[in-house]
Amino acid sequence: MAKFFAVTLAVIAIASAIPIVMHTWEPPVDISVHGKLIDDQMSETMVEAGICFLASQLVLAFFIWRYSNRPKGEKIRSFPGGAKGLVVAALIIVGLEVMALGAFGTKAWASIYFTPPSASALPIQVQAGQFAFYFRYPGPDGTFGPLHPEMINEATENFFGLDTAHDPDSKDDIVTAEMAVPVNREIHLLMHSKDVGHSFFVRELRIQQDFVPGLDLSVHFTPTKIGKYEIVCTQLCGLGHYNMKAYLEVMSQEDFDNWLKQQAALQ
Amino acid sequence: MHDMSAHAVHHHAPPTGFIRKYIFSLDHKVIGEQYYLLALVAVYIGLVLSWIMRIHLAWPNAAIHGLQFLSKTGAPGGVMTPEYYLQLMTMHGTIMVFFVLTTAPFAGFGNYFLPIQVGAEDMPFPHINMMSFWVTFVAFIVAVAAFFVPQGPPLSGWTAYAPLSALGEVAGPGQGTGQVLWAVSIAIFCVGQLLGSLNFISTTLDMRCQGMSLMRLPLSVWAWFITSCIGLTAFAVLMPACILLILDHVAGTSFFIPSNLVVNDQIQPHSGGSTLLWQHLFWFFGHPEVYIAIVPAMGVVSHVLITNMRRPLLSHRVIIYSMLSIAFLSYMVYGHHMFVSGMNPFSSIAFSFPTLAITIPATIIVLIWIGSLYGSKLRINSASLFALGFISMFISGGISGFFLAQPSIDIMLHATYFVVGHFHLVMAVAALFGIFAGTYFWFPKVTGRMMNETLGKIHFWVTFVGAYCIFMPFHYLGMAGNVRRYQAFVDDFMAPLMPVHKFITIAALITGAAQLVFLYNLIHSRFWGKPAPQNPWEGTSLEWSIPSPPPFDNFGGKLPVVYHDPYQYGVEGETSDFVMQDSPEQTNSARDER
Repeated sequence: MAKFFAVTLAVIAIASAIPIVMHTWEPPVDISVHGKLIDDQMSETMVEAGICFLASQLVLAFFIWRYSNRPKGEKIRSFPGGAKGLVVAALIIVGLEVMALGAFGTKAWASIYFTPPSASALPIQVQAGQFAFYFRYPGPDGTFGPLHPEMINEATENFFGLDTAHDPDSKDDIVTAEMAVPVNREIHLLMHSKDVGHSFFVRELRIQQDFVPGLDLSVHFTPTKIGKYEIVCTQLCGLGHYNMKAYLEVMSQEDFDNWLKQQAALQ
Repeated sequence: MHDMSAHAVHHHAPPTGFIRKYIFSLDHKVIGEQYYLLALVAVYIGLVLSWIMRIHLAWPNAAIHGLQFLSKTGAPGGVMTPEYYLQLMTMHGTIMVFFVLTTAPFAGFGNYFLPIQVGAEDMPFPHINMMSFWVTFVAFIVAVAAFFVPQGPPLSGWTAYAPLSALGEVAGPGQGTGQVLWAVSIAIFCVGQLLGSLNFISTTLDMRCQGMSLMRLPLSVWAWFITSCIGLTAFAVLMPACILLILDHVAGTSFFIPSNLVVNDQIQPHSGGSTLLWQHLFWFFGHPEVYIAIVPAMGVVSHVLITNMRRPLLSHRVIIYSMLSIAFLSYMVYGHHMFVSGMNPFSSIAFSFPTLAITIPATIIVLIWIGSLYGSKLRINSASLFALGFISMFISGGISGFFLAQPSIDIMLHATYFVVGHFHLVMAVAALFGIFAGTYFWFPKVTGRMMNETLGKIHFWVTFVGAYCIFMPFHYLGMAGNVRRYQAFVDDFMAPLMPVHKFITIAALITGAAQLVFLYNLIHSRFWGKPAPQNPWEGTSLEWSIPSPPPFDNFGGKLPVVYHDPYQYGVEGETSDFVMQDSPEQTNSARDER
């Protein structure tokens, strides 16, 4: 029974590692400038975690195989080096390495959160609400008009609560249900929620950021590949959570300019 | 520590009537069994909920016959609505975390065995102990009542993030009465745990018998003691958080609701609250809660493993200090649940390092377990198999924590199935393996009968392989970007992942079915099992020095005197390889290697 357990454990450990080594399930290809840092950090952590996982499970399996049901006369022996050796091993091999990994990993985090967006970044506002995202572009004046939550009205499609009759800045604002951005241009995404918590997750962009009702948050990123990508909500927001999504279209600058003109005409 | 051996008198007389003996009992053993039974009822409810969710995820349009009787509107014709999926998910998490993972390994086993293992005849405050169980029972009834109110249970998950949880019915089905019942239930539950923790702490510090120094306490006692200390502070924060949430619902306050929220085109009549406040309060409890579930299991597993390895661990002290370090660090790591929540990004770095640091004491414990297996004389039985399975699960679940502890990687893995796989392995499955190990190990002591070993091993094999088949693929799904808390995967992106979901569902159904074997074994052995001797596993701690089942006052009116460290195994005796803790016999065995 013990030997069978040991073999089962070893088989499970190795089988668990196979899809990782074979890259069977992987995140979609990165389309951002900062994403490589995250992907590299992920790979380095995977190597370390994989070694720790396999080594510990296989040694556990081996010891179960070797030291179970021993005959009566055999004596108890102690692990060479005893507890002290193992404590030192835990501190150095796992502790130091994991802490170092964490320290290097801050570089990827810092690249998103500790640097401000450049002055030339394109500002886009995104509003999350049960169960849709809406996007706002500032229009030719480059300024967003103020929000009036009491004027939000889905029936008249005033999703943001804009008062275009009185606020001159709002007049040229462009509100859309899809997000389009020019390729290789930094985007400064200004985020707010109108009701409950939501999240903005684009796997390919390596960006995930919660919307916090009552807080204005922002992230910035630079998409590098033209294409259409899914924006999903990852913060449980109610019964339609599973269906709350929009699309991000990364276009050439020329296509983006045309798209923006078309959207402006539709307002 | 008191010397009470000379005048050991049980401070309350044995009850005679059925109600005082089995219902409103003051006896810590009966209370321990009551907690265990409550967890048993809860775990099967939680299991059925997980089955229903898994079937729905794999076959979203399939009718689950009978489900319409639980909720006509939630599952018309047995086909679940999107909101009902979330409502069942909330109840699955709530029931499992609070009423199983906290209740069984800590309150259940702890109540029964902590006083016996320290050499006491009961806890110092038996009435408070009785109250702690009945308060917990009421909390359970209130939680389950949410199934039967109009609109059903809340859909905001076991984490009940505000303002979804605070706005009331306008935020979604179940967010009115159901959510209030949830918050009332958890607040009451906290009271029960606080009362229980007080008793555990005072029993450990004040009721130890003569000779039972702190370092002579078995590791299970240390684990329950440390858990009580964590619980005392963690539940003391969750309770007021729940009270504030209730006030937001019933008193028109705005603790967790900011100004100018618009739902259904209507401005909500709240202003000035903070949604992140709920997350801070909740996770200040929520992360230590992980250790409230896992530390008792660590203690139980150490105790079971040592007995079956026939040797003490390489170091008793190092395990104790490591568990204490985990408890200490547990309050400094909770922010890793909130890396992308919108809190200050510098805080994420500050929370990341203690989270990474907690791997050190956890690794030390694992290495000491594995290192102690070297040169041991391991006995294989259902209890030791589950204890070894625990180690494997704890390693697997713990290692995925390397990823989630790093804010940069969390950007990709947060709110995906990777997180679900991680916490199910390290917290849920590992703790359940601890509960199973404890059950197979202590069942003979509690009932005076042995459990069926063959059924126990069948239970182990299916559960061990099954748990890996369920929760390892969760990690892969998460890495591929499969987000959690979705009732169906409607977009093209997740369609290729559906075969994995189907595989997981089938594994979950089979693994769940194996739990019925356990239930049958438990009930059958309770009444018809082979009679158990006093010390079937040749253990050394005090519970094995008394009859099975133990008498009302545990030690027959005379408290024991302890002469040894708790795990005197590997002793070269003529007939046995161990010396009981209360045996005056001198030993020359190798003591704890310090």
